[in-house]
Parts: sequence; C-alpha cells; structure tokens
Amino acid sequence: MHFVINGNEVGLDFDPRTSLLDLLREQRHLFGAKKGCNQGACGACTVLVNGTRINSCLALAVQYQDCEITTIEGLGEPGKLHPLQAAFVEHDGFQCGYCTPGQICSAIGMVQELKCGVPSYVSEDVAAEDFELTDMELRERMSGNLCRCGAYNGIVDAIQDTFGTAEPETEPKTLPSKREAA
Amino acid sequence: MNPFTYERASDLQAALTLGAQSGAKYLGGGTNLVDLMRETIEHPVVLVDVTGLSCAIEEAGDGGLRIGAGVKNTAVAADRRVRDRYPLLSEAILAGASAQIRNMATVGGNLLQRTRCGYFYDDAAHCNKRAPGTGCDAIEGFNRMHAVLGASTACVATHPSDMAVALAALDAVVTVEGRHGARDIPLVDFHVLPGETPHIETMLETGELITAITLPPGLTGCSIYRKVRDRASYAFALISVAAVLDVQDGVVKEARIALGGVAHKPWRANAAEAALKDGPATEAAFRAAAQTELVSAQGLRDNAFKIELAQRVITDTLVKLTALQEIR
Repeated sequence: MHFVINGNEVGLDFDPRTSLLDLLREQRHLFGAKKGCNQGACGACTVLVNGTRINSCLALAVQYQDCEITTIEGLGEPGKLHPLQAAFVEHDGFQCGYCTPGQICSAIGMVQELKCGVPSYVSEDVAAEDFELTDMELRERMSGNLCRCGAYNGIVDAIQDTFGTAEPETEPKTLPSKREAA
Repeated sequence: MNPFTYERASDLQAALTLGAQSGAKYLGGGTNLVDLMRETIEHPVVLVDVTGLSCAIEEAGDGGLRIGAGVKNTAVAADRRVRDRYPLLSEAILAGASAQIRNMATVGGNLLQRTRCGYFYDDAAHCNKRAPGTGCDAIEGFNRMHAVLGASTACVATHPSDMAVALAALDAVVTVEGRHGARDIPLVDFHVLPGETPHIETMLETGELITAITLPPGLTGCSIYRKVRDRASYAFALISVAAVLDVQDGVVKEARIALGGVAHKPWRANAAEAALKDGPATEAAFRAAAQTELVSAQGLRDNAFKIELAQRVITDTLVKLTALQEIR
C-alpha cells in the first residue's frame, strides 16, 4: 500500500488491524508520535493527514492509503526547528516532552482550521465570518491534547507567539513567527 | 483485535452487497468502532469502508439541507449553510469529542456510536447490551453518568452523541438504504429505548446503511445547544439541552427541546413542549414545563442529581433564549 510520509513515497505491507500510529512507529521508526492512551483521549498520537489533524491511534492505517502523512519529524529537525518547536523551547511549553509532538502537530492543524473558518464551542457566534485566536479559543481548540506535566500556560504562550498575530500561510513550514517578523 | 478483511466500497450498491456478508460492519471514521474492536466488544469479520460515499451537503429542494452520511463532523459544523440556518447543529457537534476526532468521525458513524458505560466496555462485568441475558452491573454500581429517563431493569446506559440531540430538536430525518430500497426514519424514532433488548439500539436492519440526514426548512426564533459536563471541554454530557424557542409578545409560539445525557436515546421533551406552547414566556412557566418533563425520571444511587440539574438547565436555557430573541 502506498503512502506519502513526511514527503517520502513509501510502499508498505501490513495487517489491516494495524493503526496508523503503529505503522509510523513500528514500520517507519518515526517515534515522535506517542502511544499515550491508545483510545483517542490524550492526543499524544496526533499527526496531520493531508494537513488535517487526527488521532493516529484510532485510525486504521489501511484507511489512509495514498494520503500525505506529516509527523513531527516532517516539521523540523535538530538545528532547523519549526518556529513552533522553537517557541515551545522558549516558553517552556513542556517538561517531560511526551505530549509535545502531538501538541505541535495539533496546533498546526488547529491554525489551518481557524484559517478555513471552523468555529469552536466557545465561539460567540458560530456563523461569524472568522474567529480570533483568543486564549479561550485556543484552549478549547486544543482540548484534545492533554499534558500531564501541566505545561498548559507555556503551550498557550508558544502557540500565541507563533500564530497569534501572524496571518497563517498555506504551508505550515513557512509560517512566519512574531519573532521572525520582529 | 480479531482478524478481519477490509473492503473499500466503490459505490452504494457495492457497499450494500459487501455489507450483506455475514459478520460485516460498515466503517466510517472508526473513532468508536476501532476502539471497541480493540477491546474485543465488536468483532466484525469484514469491515466495509463507506467513508468515500455520500460526502456532500446539498440543498434539499424545499429549503432544507441534506447532509451525506459520509461527511466529517468538522465539515458539517463548519458548513456556511449549517452555521447560518442551523447554528444549533454546529454548536452541538463542536461540543462533542475533540477536534482530532471530529476531523475523523462521520455523520453516520456519530449516530451509531455506542454508549460509554464502563460496564459495557468491561468484559468481566455483566452487561445485557454486550452479552444479552447476563444482567446489568451498572444498576447497582457506579452510575453517575447513567440514564434517568426511559431506562429499564435491563439497561441504564445513555446515548453519548451531542450531534444527535440537536438533530432530535431539529426534526431531522435519517435516510437508510438496504437491499430492498431506501426508507426515511425520523431521527427521534431512529434510536430506541432499551426495554428488554438493550443490544438493539436503532431501527436499522441487518445490512442497512445510513446514507443521509435531512434537515427540514429553517427555524423560527432562537436556538442554542447547552452542555453541562464535568470539565469545560472534551467530556461527555451530564446533561445537554438543544432548544429552539420562538416567543412573540411574551407568548411561546413554538418550543422544541431535546435532552442529552439522560436516556438511551436523544430525548425529545414532548411533555415540556406541550406545556409551553401558547403559554407565557416566564421563568416560572419554563420551570413548570421542565418539571413536567422530568416527572417520570428515576434516579439511581449516583445520578439522581441529574433530575434537578436537567430541570435547571432547561429553565436557564429557555430564559437565555427569551432574552436573546428580545435583543435581536
């Protein structure tokens, strides 16, 4: 079966019971996405599929053939961090780091949703033209990612610093951060 | 997880043929089914992937909207027509699950998700829903999340969907297709009460597939989806209320109310609606109507608080809607 994982075309053969998370970790040795709860409750396994964030633990890999999968490894690397990764470091957006790859993939998916005009439960009027990334909106939109170290304030600051005032671009990799703009 | 074969249906007829095989189950986003398979509560032999079918939201012709069963939850909540004409539905979907799950889950799958009763999930426990005839450990067990309306001595589980509660208030219609053709089922009749057969949860017959949900023409008055839960986000409802209220000159012209978190199905509050119609739009009248609806409610050891909570949330929601309509 054919996949595009972090820009690389790969052909893989596997049992249909395999989750996308297990495929990424066990077959591709991409250990960024984590198996936290393995039931969709914690968000540590969040990856992007064609730019949309999903829980890879609840996804049967067979359903995602021919899709473009992006994991944390596809966003940045040591010495060449994604702006959001750099912001997590700067704002102490983590302690143990276990939830961080999921948090970062999730935040990038969230910004795309915001750009497409997806409302949230805390939006004052779901019919509004667009939605501002207030801290309340951000926390609601990120509620599918748990951090048991409780680094939430740092996570909010890192996401706001990266995406808060900048107009999101199509390609997450080229998103300007406030830091770069300044 | 038991072994299964995976088939992707190319069209409706192919899906129905594949779905007619013994042990076949339709697969949407998999957010509930995959979890249940992992817990060996569901053990399909064939999974028929129907996510590629019925993926459009279209005008229904008479001013209504037809939502394909394969549309993702996020896509419904974000649809401009849904947000403008049925904001209640957007709000209900956005109140459920997490963004990641809403991005995966389909409309059809949302309706067919199963209860999150802990005893249903625990194969060491007695559960008439999972293993008919074995009893119900929830009735004497931890039952804080369980039903207070329409439950039976066989099952006290609740239906977990938020979306379906809004659909109940909106008088939505579910279209299903089987080998003998299509039929329409009102959403309020689609799910059934547990009675003595809690393993039967819907009107669907073997091999039938949900293809669409149709919303009737627009609402009059104001609407809101209100959800009360143990934490501010990403939790199942203790009580939820989907309400549409039209007040003119202080008189209730129309009230539509559905409750979540209280029963085996989305609970349309017919008694409260009848009590409100053509009566005064006052807090006292709202409270009286809410009492009428909950008069038959029965609490268990841990969930009796839901009876009073439901009345308060109904009352408060109607008060808010009245105020909202005044300022518009």
